[in-house]
Amino acid sequence: MFVARSIAADHRDLIHDVSFDFHGRRMATCSSDQSVKVWDKSENGDWHCTASWKTHSGSVWRVTWAHPEFGQVLASCSFDRTAAVWEEIVGESNDKLRGQSHWVKRTTLVDSRTSVTDVKFAPKHMGLMLATCSADGVVRIYEAPDVMNLSQWSLQHEISCKLSCSCISWNPSSSRAHSPMIAVGSDDNSPNILAKVQIYEYNENTRKYAKAEALMTVTDPVHDIAFAPNLGRSFHILAVATKDVRIFTLKPLRKELTSSGGLTKFEIHIVAQFDNHNSQVWRVSWNITGTVLASSGDDGCVRLWKANYMDNWKCTGILKGNGSPVNGSSQQGIFNTSLGSANASLQNSLNGSSASRKQS
Amino acid sequence: MEELDTEPPVTVVPGADPARTQLCFEARGPSCVFVVRRDQDIYMETLRKLFNESHGIFVGLQRCEEERAVRARNAQLIQVSKNYRSVIRACMEDMHQAAISARDSALHSQYSIQVSILSAMELIWNLCEILFVEAAPAGPLLLRLLDWVQLHICDVDNMVREVLSSENPSKHKLFWNVVDIFVLQGRMDEARHLLSKEAIANPTSMNMYKILDDLMKKMPVPSVGNTQTLTEMELKWQHWHEECQRYLQDGTFASSSHMESICKILLGDENAILEKKELMTTWYHFLVTRLLYSHPTVKPMELRFYAQSSMDMFLGEESSPEPLDTILMAAFEFELHQVIKECSVALSNWWFVAHLTDLLDHCKLLQSHNLYFGSNMREFLLLEYASGLFSHHSLWQLGVDYFDHCPEYGRVYLELHIERIPLNTEQKALKVLRICEQRQMHEQVRSICKIMAMKALRNNRLGSALSWSIRAKDAAFATLISDRFLKDYCERGRFSDLDLIDNLGPSMLLSDRLTFLGKYREFHRLYGEKRFSEAARLLLMLMTAHIAPCSFWMTLLTDALPLLEQKEVRMLNNHADGLSTKGVQFLLVLLF
Repeated sequence: MFVARSIAADHRDLIHDVSFDFHGRRMATCSSDQSVKVWDKSENGDWHCTASWKTHSGSVWRVTWAHPEFGQVLASCSFDRTAAVWEEIVGESNDKLRGQSHWVKRTTLVDSRTSVTDVKFAPKHMGLMLATCSADGVVRIYEAPDVMNLSQWSLQHEISCKLSCSCISWNPSSSRAHSPMIAVGSDDNSPNILAKVQIYEYNENTRKYAKAEALMTVTDPVHDIAFAPNLGRSFHILAVATKDVRIFTLKPLRKELTSSGGLTKFEIHIVAQFDNHNSQVWRVSWNITGTVLASSGDDGCVRLWKANYMDNWKCTGILKGNGSPVNGSSQQGIFNTSLGSANASLQNSLNGSSASRKQS
Repeated sequence: MEELDTEPPVTVVPGADPARTQLCFEARGPSCVFVVRRDQDIYMETLRKLFNESHGIFVGLQRCEEERAVRARNAQLIQVSKNYRSVIRACMEDMHQAAISARDSALHSQYSIQVSILSAMELIWNLCEILFVEAAPAGPLLLRLLDWVQLHICDVDNMVREVLSSENPSKHKLFWNVVDIFVLQGRMDEARHLLSKEAIANPTSMNMYKILDDLMKKMPVPSVGNTQTLTEMELKWQHWHEECQRYLQDGTFASSSHMESICKILLGDENAILEKKELMTTWYHFLVTRLLYSHPTVKPMELRFYAQSSMDMFLGEESSPEPLDTILMAAFEFELHQVIKECSVALSNWWFVAHLTDLLDHCKLLQSHNLYFGSNMREFLLLEYASGLFSHHSLWQLGVDYFDHCPEYGRVYLELHIERIPLNTEQKALKVLRICEQRQMHEQVRSICKIMAMKALRNNRLGSALSWSIRAKDAAFATLISDRFLKDYCERGRFSDLDLIDNLGPSMLLSDRLTFLGKYREFHRLYGEKRFSEAARLLLMLMTAHIAPCSFWMTLLTDALPLLEQKEVRMLNNHADGLSTKGVQFLLVLLF
């Protein structure tokens, strides 16, 4: 049913993230070796590394692509307390012949005082905007007002989440009925029963992001979080990677017309909870229609979840390593699978790397 | 795939090690990225023809005018079903050829597997056509089932051919096997023909033969036309059955075990029929034979009882039902949803269930099951099938039509899928755009054009970038690119992509800057053609219309200077709105 191909990534250290571009033909990897690599898929389906460069002075935790409407743009974030935006420069014809391309740094975002743990671009209808989150619990939202000038970014919002943040996800819905929304996950390990998933919503009146919801039932450290693409539904679907896989629906209720302005209240339901990984779940990722969810865990497996027409979620596939060495040498570490699914055939990429961020 | 409560399939990724779950502090060693994708490639290439042709049938079915008369509508739907089946058979034939000509054994077995899967699909579809689409009533039902068996149980064809083509068929060791097969499948004429050869070769059995032949000739079968009612047929059959019984009990066939066993079969003796298990090969063959010789006027709703008992008797203790058996049983039990569900699980592609369910939905069979997800199931399966097509570099175009006929989610699925199609070439981008424009998917049109414009701009193909931003109706981007053109002109002293700029037409009005670009180029053209007065008038208009960017005023003024030298232009200066030489010089002094 699935066929796997391995690519020798040549990172000199653990790979922490893999991200596909919008069309699924380019891939970016980032590593503790402080570099980012960009891979391009050729006509015959082979992946070639077309760029490799040092991006930070610490482990690079995440890498992500902007929408192709903005050109070929990447953002990365690192233990070195910064996030950066990169743009591909169309090289000399020599470079092109050698199959190499050149990426330049457009900006460094230095506002964080601790490790920046995630960076994500906002949905394209919001313009060229991105959010970062840090270990000190602050989510920052930046905007580039002139999309043709990637060196000018301004810090628009600073959201204090009070708990160390590990991941963020923008709600992709472009419906006018939905205000911009961002979900934040926390991997705070201290013994408490505070909600580890918070939902922030933009308030048109105050022009600020305010906390709309906290998922009280998620009290274990959260490693990844992902809103599903919206199919014109009135409600939202959110997947959470924590000690198990959880899928929530958030149904907006009538907007409260209080003095603080229209903050939406949500009816929250958990529609699925799966502990099949039997261990920490590190990543969750949706396919483009939001009908299949992929999750990866410390059991070294990737699982695929799908709802049938009765809306019952079930596991429809498992990808598992067979333990055999690659190229005669043994695999180190476990899987931190980063699942970027850019097209209907659900391309997943698994990489061998350490799952924990505690080590830098 | 639609799964039940079974364990999901596990795919092993070679080279990936799940066992080492401890953190490695010395994180050394080669790092690896695994790219995993659905193994659809081979199957999509080989089934391409099936997808293409069934697409035509599908679209035809959605669009065709529904016949008013029930009979005519029924005939219409049966024809559609037959068309689907012939497409499956054609694909099977191609696959079979591919298997034969395959060079390596792995490929050969892959093709062979596909052939047997297609064969099973056709078998199931055919039965569904008989039971659900045609809804054959008692009488014709048996005739259809006999055809079905004859068409699909081909294991014995070789044997038949061998015997028939031998010099002395009646002496062939498999002679009686073939006679039995004919009898079991209700092929009376062929059986009688062979028996006559035996009679000639063996005159002593002439008497027995004549009686048996007569019985076989007289056997009442449901008629194709309306020449007799069921009751009439049942009566006749009862008489005939009793006659056979008498001959058997009289010991007429005692001296020939073969003929005696045939007589027993004619009487519907289950044990006698079961003795020929090897020749029937399947329980559903056994079922139809049983029905033929014990209850030829069986009603559709009675099938389930015979089906279950036939399977039990045939399989006995040794074997358990396979997926195909379960599907067929569900069909005999008229459990439509069960059929679809089982097929979804057993088959590794959505093609079959999507098209069959759609057809059954058109037969208005899903709603009658009184389940709220009746029509949603059709849409669910079509969406799954079409989504799968979108991962293919050219079959995605078929997917578009399927989405079009999914009223609830089709449009949004199409929007989401179509914007992800890699736009490798301009042609592909234009193809995708045409589809979006036809469906008023304005946001997707805008987005795709923007992506193409951006790509062109990055590669410094200004002309291409401009035409894409015009198509996207993206005024801001058009302004930006116009600025680039103008900047280019300032640096190099000439325009690139003249063709494009000269033929902007009304799209020039998209943005002020673009208008300026177009008009400025026109000014240059007029000047080049020595139409100085027109050029001057245009230049004047450009200066006064406030659409020129500030950075360009110098250039415009500088352009004015040589014009002022021209005789015709000096005449203009006599007009009130003319630009005098003095005026220009004054402005130039100001600017410096």
